[in-house]
Amino acid sequence: MTKQVQQLDRVIIRFAGDSGDGMQLTGDRFTQETAVFGNDLSTLPNFPAEIRAPAGTLPGVSSFQVHFADHDILTPGDAPNVLVAMNPAALKANLRDLPRGADLIVNTDEFTKRNLTKVGYEANPLEDGSLSEYNLHAMPITSMTVKALEDFEVTRKDAERAKNMFALGLLSWLYDRPQEGTLTFLRSKFATKPEIMKANIAAFHAGWNFGETTEAFSVKYEIKPATLKAGIYRNITGNTALSYGLIAGAELSGLPLFLGSYPITPASDILHELAKQKRFGVRTFQAEDEIAGVGAALGASFGGALGVTTTSGPGILLKAETIGLGVSLELPLIVCDIQRAGPSTGMPTKTEQGDLLQALFGRNGESPLPVLAPRSPADCFAVAIEATRLAVKYRTPVILLSDGYLANGSEPWLIPDVATLPDLRNEASFASPDDWRDADGTIDFQPFQRDPKTLARPWAIPGTPGLEHRIGGIEKADGTGEISYDPDNHDLMVRLRQAKIDGIAADIPPLQVDDPGDAARVLVLGWGSTYGSIATAVRRVRLAGRPIAQAHLRHLNPFPGNLGDVLRRYEKVLVPEINLGQLALLLRGRYLVDVISYNRVRGLPFGGAELAGVIKDVIDNA
Amino acid sequence: MPEAAQTPGNGSPPGNGTGPVNGNGQPNGPGLGARRPASLTLVPAAQEKLATKDFKSDQEVRWCPGCGDYAILAAFQAFLPELEVPRENVVVVSGIGCSSRLPYYMDTYGMHSIHGRAPAIATGLASSRPDLSVWVITGDGDALSIGGNHLIHALRRNVNIKILLFNNRIYGLTKGQYSPTSEQGKITKSTPFGSLDNPFNPVSLALGAEATFVARSIDSDRKHLTSVLRAAADHQGAAFIEIYQNCPIFNDDAFAPLKDASSRDDQLIRLQDGEPIRFGAAGQRGLRAARYGGLEAVDVAAVDSESLLVHDAGQDDPSYAFALSRLDTAAAAHTPIGVFRKVERPSYDALMAQQVRETQTKQGAGDLATLLAGGDSWTIR
Repeated sequence: MTKQVQQLDRVIIRFAGDSGDGMQLTGDRFTQETAVFGNDLSTLPNFPAEIRAPAGTLPGVSSFQVHFADHDILTPGDAPNVLVAMNPAALKANLRDLPRGADLIVNTDEFTKRNLTKVGYEANPLEDGSLSEYNLHAMPITSMTVKALEDFEVTRKDAERAKNMFALGLLSWLYDRPQEGTLTFLRSKFATKPEIMKANIAAFHAGWNFGETTEAFSVKYEIKPATLKAGIYRNITGNTALSYGLIAGAELSGLPLFLGSYPITPASDILHELAKQKRFGVRTFQAEDEIAGVGAALGASFGGALGVTTTSGPGILLKAETIGLGVSLELPLIVCDIQRAGPSTGMPTKTEQGDLLQALFGRNGESPLPVLAPRSPADCFAVAIEATRLAVKYRTPVILLSDGYLANGSEPWLIPDVATLPDLRNEASFASPDDWRDADGTIDFQPFQRDPKTLARPWAIPGTPGLEHRIGGIEKADGTGEISYDPDNHDLMVRLRQAKIDGIAADIPPLQVDDPGDAARVLVLGWGSTYGSIATAVRRVRLAGRPIAQAHLRHLNPFPGNLGDVLRRYEKVLVPEINLGQLALLLRGRYLVDVISYNRVRGLPFGGAELAGVIKDVIDNA
Repeated sequence: MPEAAQTPGNGSPPGNGTGPVNGNGQPNGPGLGARRPASLTLVPAAQEKLATKDFKSDQEVRWCPGCGDYAILAAFQAFLPELEVPRENVVVVSGIGCSSRLPYYMDTYGMHSIHGRAPAIATGLASSRPDLSVWVITGDGDALSIGGNHLIHALRRNVNIKILLFNNRIYGLTKGQYSPTSEQGKITKSTPFGSLDNPFNPVSLALGAEATFVARSIDSDRKHLTSVLRAAADHQGAAFIEIYQNCPIFNDDAFAPLKDASSRDDQLIRLQDGEPIRFGAAGQRGLRAARYGGLEAVDVAAVDSESLLVHDAGQDDPSYAFALSRLDTAAAAHTPIGVFRKVERPSYDALMAQQVRETQTKQGAGDLATLLAGGDSWTIR
């Protein structure tokens, strides 16, 4: 039958099911098809920390939201237009986010009395009329999949497990996605299990064909490719982009990359990715604990490697003493904190911006170091290179604050031309004996004699004759680096270490403000992963005819040199954060500007509509 | 794009896994006898003859008068020239405590790090720089209390580092609290009614952690200490040396029975590989296997000489070395010194370098542009 084709400019789909239903994979594949098709997109995986929570329960629900459009978009979207619910738990957990009139695709096979009771449904919502506000498509996805695979030599269990591919096939038909990528993926994933491979491919086709023949869907949709900047794109998650940025940083510096790390959600994927990249000479060390991870990285840096450690908030706490040692030794070290909801174990798979103050101040004594935050998944690449630049140029630990949303979320990435990346070899150069030879040929090496411009000390690595020296966490005499308990020397060294980091402000770009026509009286200022939500809200506000200025911080320490001027230029400054106001505290303390905080700490990114409402309120009251 | 890592002054790039070697694949220089110590095969040879003074820094040594650390430092500085390794390729990493001040007194590269973490820091350094000779200086509190986790993991991984544990059975730098090797019931500032903890036996612990080289020596016996340092340097992988060290201020004479002429012959058992284990002033005592895998001291005259044990540090099964280590409990009053265990197992850093090398051979060196492009890209015109 011929289906009507309807044009849409954007769609938000959420796949939801049990942890074991393969929803993350389904979402990933749909995203990849969408990326190759040429839509702009943004994703939000949302899954429990438990690997396999009890089947069919609310805590076991795993979901994957993908937002795609024919224009550029910045967030995974607030409310889904389509919810695919593979069981009653997935329906119950996600229904409240679904706006009226949205499409609801439900796998009826799982709506058994037992499964309904498990999540507290007294009556079957598919039958009691409670879903009448939605465009309900109830269909037996599991049994249709099993039937489609009758002729295959797979167990019933394996046939049932292919139901996610049926759902993927159906959605791929509905939105006219290209199939080839998924078919190639299945062929490669199940290369050693040909029967399973054939079954999954057949399930995918069955879902596609079901869409084409069923009367349940009278319309299919078309979302034209987005008109993005010309170039070669790929879809990339924050953790992958961060891994690639670290490899690039090492290559650009001419240094071997050494990662010392201990597995922790949501940072482990960086360890996994870098462990694969031995062809770049990357050494990865899965340590006995967080402390050993950063310790080994610092030891490698002492030896002339680019030492990196990756972790989340709880790991930063454990690493704090070693990071402090790095501050005292003045050696390059990159510390990646993929933030998650805290305190303590908190919610390991949920996002938060709660570690900003910990990154800045979570060490004993005056212990300044640069802090950076990427604004989107792909931006993790550029920020990792910037972290490398600051670490090697200023001989300092640098903390990079990503978070769970950036780590697992993805977006199309305009692949940079390698030739345009900065050459960091000069910044990373080691001390040479010739730099320290007197007229009579003797070497008088001063490990804490600073470069007058950067205040960085020489990086003299073992194996360099004549530059033998001892460094440690005890206070060092200016210049010689010998142990010193002299009061004035300590005061000087505390100030020198601070001045070195403060001086970086002159070596980073000024804060850019987006204020069309300079008409705004209110500035909204964010940092890190809230960029997409804030920019989406700003667009909405401007579409409604209200002027609003936006700026977003990448450097959290030191701040860009013009930040104070920017803040004072506006009547009101709104600072949305997924914490209780940590950047706001810094801005008030540093600049005496009475910024307005907006805070929600739900383990999820802000919604664009939510923030637009907040901005309008602030404008109205300005 | 940069093509190669930078090179330090002696031309050995960090992390590439090779030092200068001569035509027959052996590093230059004669070393110990005709052969270089096993742990130094990737470390360049010194171009000039070095002396003890070359390893002394210009810093004033600030341990208490009479501290056993002086003797260990002197033995270490006097021993290093024997390795014929350039000073710049020697790195001494320490944690926190009296003994951990030692790197400041060495004219080599050194790091005085933080409490307990030296084995972790040294692991990163040794794993990325096989051209260095890396020594860890630690104490009983540093290595066995706050840093216990790092110690056991460095040992099981067999990282090419040499760990010298100065055991004085007390916390010195914090002025006299009991340590994890203090005997139970010890009266200290923090245990005025006696400590309740059962102590660690460091040699037993190292053996339990799958260490490939475990030895013990005494600060006052320079010759023996030097011989153990030599054996450690000749071991590819992690070497663990417990050194009994006297603290004259907070735990004086803790090892007096091993030093007094009246008692030492009956208590000390000097282990010599391939030699029957004999002790006592006239060698009248020996060891033989007891029931349940233990060892017992016997009068040589009273037993069949065939039943006396001949020391073999190369036993693959650590049970024998463990049994030896258990002689040094409060009740047994016999203290073996020397090399308990020395077995061959590939070192962690060598395996890591090998994996990188093999991957590069198999896949070719990495190309950044190819990596970034990935497999699933699309073009927008």
